[in-house]
Amino acid sequence: MIELDRLEMTPLLQCKNLVAGYRIKSGFVHAVDDVSFDLDRGGFLGIAGESGCGKSTLAYAIMRLLKDNATIESGSLLFKGADLAKLDEEQMKKIRWVDISMAFQSAMNALNPVLSVGEQLTDAIHAHEEATQSDARKRALEVLKLVDIPKDRFNSYPHQLSGGMKQRVMIAMALILNPELIIMDEPTTALDVVVQRTIIEKIQELRKTLGFSVIFITHDLSLLVEISDTLAIMYAGKIVEYGASESLFNRPLHPYTKGLMNSFPSLTGMIKRMGGIEGKPPDLLKPPEGCRFHPRCPQAIPICRESCPSLEEIADRHSVACFLHKGAEIL
Amino acid sequence: MNENILVLEGVNKHFPVNSFRMHGKVVHAMDDVSFSLRRGEVLAIVGESGSGKTTTANVMARIYKQTSGRVTFEGREISKNMSREDELRYHKKVQMIFQDPFGALNPTRTVGRIMERPFVIHKIAGRRKAVEESIDKILIQVGLEPPEQFTRKFPHELSGGQRQRVNIARAFAVEPELILADEPTSMLDVSNRMSIMNMMLYLKESHSVSFIYITHDLSGARYMSDRIIVMYAGMIMEIGPAEKIINNSFHPYTRLLKSAAPSPEMGLKRKRLITGGDIPSLIDPPGGCRFHPRCPFVSDICSLEVPAMKKIDEGHYVRCIL
Amino acid sequence: MLKDTFSLFIENRKALFGLMILVFFSGVAIFAPLIAPYDPKTNKVDVLRIVEEEMGRTTTVEREQIDEFTERRVYTQSIATTYERVTTKLPLNARPSRQHLLGTTKAGQDLFSQMVYGTRITLAVGLVTGLFTTILALTLALLAGYFGGVVDDIISLFTNVFLVIPSLPLMIVIAAYITVRGVIPIVLILGLTSWPWSTRILRSQVVSLRNRDFVRVSRILGERPLYILFREILPNMISLVMASFFTSTMAAIMGEATLEFLGLGNVSIVSWGTILYWAQNSGALLSGAWWWFLPPGICIALIGTSFALMNFAIDEISNPKLRKR
Repeated sequence: MIELDRLEMTPLLQCKNLVAGYRIKSGFVHAVDDVSFDLDRGGFLGIAGESGCGKSTLAYAIMRLLKDNATIESGSLLFKGADLAKLDEEQMKKIRWVDISMAFQSAMNALNPVLSVGEQLTDAIHAHEEATQSDARKRALEVLKLVDIPKDRFNSYPHQLSGGMKQRVMIAMALILNPELIIMDEPTTALDVVVQRTIIEKIQELRKTLGFSVIFITHDLSLLVEISDTLAIMYAGKIVEYGASESLFNRPLHPYTKGLMNSFPSLTGMIKRMGGIEGKPPDLLKPPEGCRFHPRCPQAIPICRESCPSLEEIADRHSVACFLHKGAEIL
Repeated sequence: MNENILVLEGVNKHFPVNSFRMHGKVVHAMDDVSFSLRRGEVLAIVGESGSGKTTTANVMARIYKQTSGRVTFEGREISKNMSREDELRYHKKVQMIFQDPFGALNPTRTVGRIMERPFVIHKIAGRRKAVEESIDKILIQVGLEPPEQFTRKFPHELSGGQRQRVNIARAFAVEPELILADEPTSMLDVSNRMSIMNMMLYLKESHSVSFIYITHDLSGARYMSDRIIVMYAGMIMEIGPAEKIINNSFHPYTRLLKSAAPSPEMGLKRKRLITGGDIPSLIDPPGGCRFHPRCPFVSDICSLEVPAMKKIDEGHYVRCIL
Repeated sequence: MLKDTFSLFIENRKALFGLMILVFFSGVAIFAPLIAPYDPKTNKVDVLRIVEEEMGRTTTVEREQIDEFTERRVYTQSIATTYERVTTKLPLNARPSRQHLLGTTKAGQDLFSQMVYGTRITLAVGLVTGLFTTILALTLALLAGYFGGVVDDIISLFTNVFLVIPSLPLMIVIAAYITVRGVIPIVLILGLTSWPWSTRILRSQVVSLRNRDFVRVSRILGERPLYILFREILPNMISLVMASFFTSTMAAIMGEATLEFLGLGNVSIVSWGTILYWAQNSGALLSGAWWWFLPPGICIALIGTSFALMNFAIDEISNPKLRKR
């Protein structure tokens, strides 16, 4: 009983001080630099950031699907007691897709164009478990039904489907082995608003019924605030602000988060002039000294140029890495 | 102020289908598109991909010639075939900003060489020295400072936001009367979008141009524009003042767009109007109202005939029988 | 921009290696008279010397066979000159030795000298044909790609028809019907049979560039069609044009060797192809005279490799995905 309680308490995925990046001719790019977060069972973690902030590298590091020249340098990724960062490829194969699966941004590239939807789904089952052809087929049809793809699409090829349908097939692929965690790397970016909305609603609905957790990566903060429980804002390889979505939206603390929140016009209320953020993200090959955001920060103070602030919790479930809030109480 | 600078009347654009099986069929990219743009106004065209919004921009920019219908610019009809002089005169007044900031710049040329062309073609500013001064001036206006640092660079040495600034600078270089902006911020990083949008608004004021702003983002359209056109499957569904379109949207499709748009301050509590389905095939568009297969309020009559544009308020028209 | 491309090209190992081979053969071709020890076409060496000046007729006054290969003749010519002429016949079918680095042919010509002089014709035909093909293909591609419509349809139709006809048999048939034997007919035959491939690739590039936004911008700015074609589109095709030039040059060298090997060229000129032709005709393969057919074979392969390597390098440079970090 106590054992069970402990299991309930520990997060599903605990990422601690993860450092990952890739080597190029001119040096090592710290795409993920000292990143830590927890993901609860059934939780929905949103990771937001601009392109090149390391959010996709983080996703691929969790899946252990980094490209050849990329590695996890240090840190740990505790998933149900096992450290994903240290597992060998054989052990990882047992976890990948079975426990942790992924939905990619571009369904066009992620789906094999010469195999039918059904074949791809049943192949995924056969690759990981012993199953008869008819069982696999049954399971594949069930999953397709979950994502509202009609039965008669079982034998369709990806090019015969619309963009939204392809993305739903991607999600079906991710769901097929009933994983506990699905990582979604910009799954709706290429889609139109209406289609994006139907897919988001579907994901939320399935999450409630099936109980999996989601890490949702996107640059669209306005969408993320709406759908996730917990938000992590990444900038230049580091998490600069982390906490409950509502708290982040109502009281953004980091100047970068404030800038991002100020970057999308709203549909309601007065039209107010908005600023966005001037400048461009730093080159991760040689990030600026001190806080990585200071060259673009409107509120930079001298210390920002010298040392890098660490992520500190300053309110319940709300941490920020910024000297402006160091030791300060949030009222 | 209330003079119309550009008027489209019943413009159609059909592309022939290049396929043996569908020989003789056409893609109805634009059907019966009519609207007018007042001088100094920002008009947004909102729609999903395949709605015909980009085709509309390309017809106005004369990249495509309309299949039928009338386009009138400053009171003169823009015929399908124009002489070289007329063509030049039109292009000096109508410029376009493209979606992909990289694709719109010739990768083999420096920014300086790219910026020179509009002055050379339209013989603005005359001597070399004057051209260089004008280039510097416009580059400073779009926030590329110091300009001499940028004129030497190639497009691949610039960030996405900087490239789009070059594109905007080039469009404004000829001192045009009308700017067509085709999703100018959708391929930029979020942090850049607002500053580009603000800059366009500022340039629009300072150069007193009219603006057509094409986007899929309703909230962006609201931020930028005075009036909004909502397009779906090649047809205009609703047209009206921005605030009326957002707050008193009439057409079910506009309402669908509005409810699908992310809007954190409304939270998850709001009731959503969600319907499945995709934009229909434009080769065989559905009979009657093009939206009827997806419309939650569909009735029998919707599939029979295309509803006419109906006035529901001052300047607010909708293509719906409801 | 061009400078950048060139330095990238030199930095690329494949390109450098290919370029070195090409430079080597070009050097050989240019300095052929200095390098070759013998006249490639004859089988003997004549040394003429004036012995004494005297009036008289050309009559052989003395003839002496020194040894098996060398003959000495002394004769007077016209009015008053007496010549001494020492003719040394080269050994027939000799194996490589110090005197004849690559041996001699059955007729006694020095093969090393033939190889050296052959480089001239081979390279010249290759490069001229490559240039001719590329210019032809580029012109057609620009016309078809830019103007589109009927022009494009007609050019594409011809391209596709020629693509379907196998070019080697076509080359052979044309070469067999042409009565003039020589280098220029070969260049024309090769050029006229190898343009469709390049045309097709270049055309598709023009079409794709034509629809790029920067070309549309130029049109909206009011640029003239010719300006767009040559100043906006063409500079973006340089790498593909280069690749097409290398490929057609390579193909031309191969094609030339093939035609000459089959005896469809002018067999009296010296090129790698004709060396192979004579080797085959004289049964070098059967008699095991490897020094006769192996060097031209290797050289053709080497020059082919050189162009292929440069082609790969261009691919790598222009396609960043293949570029090694």
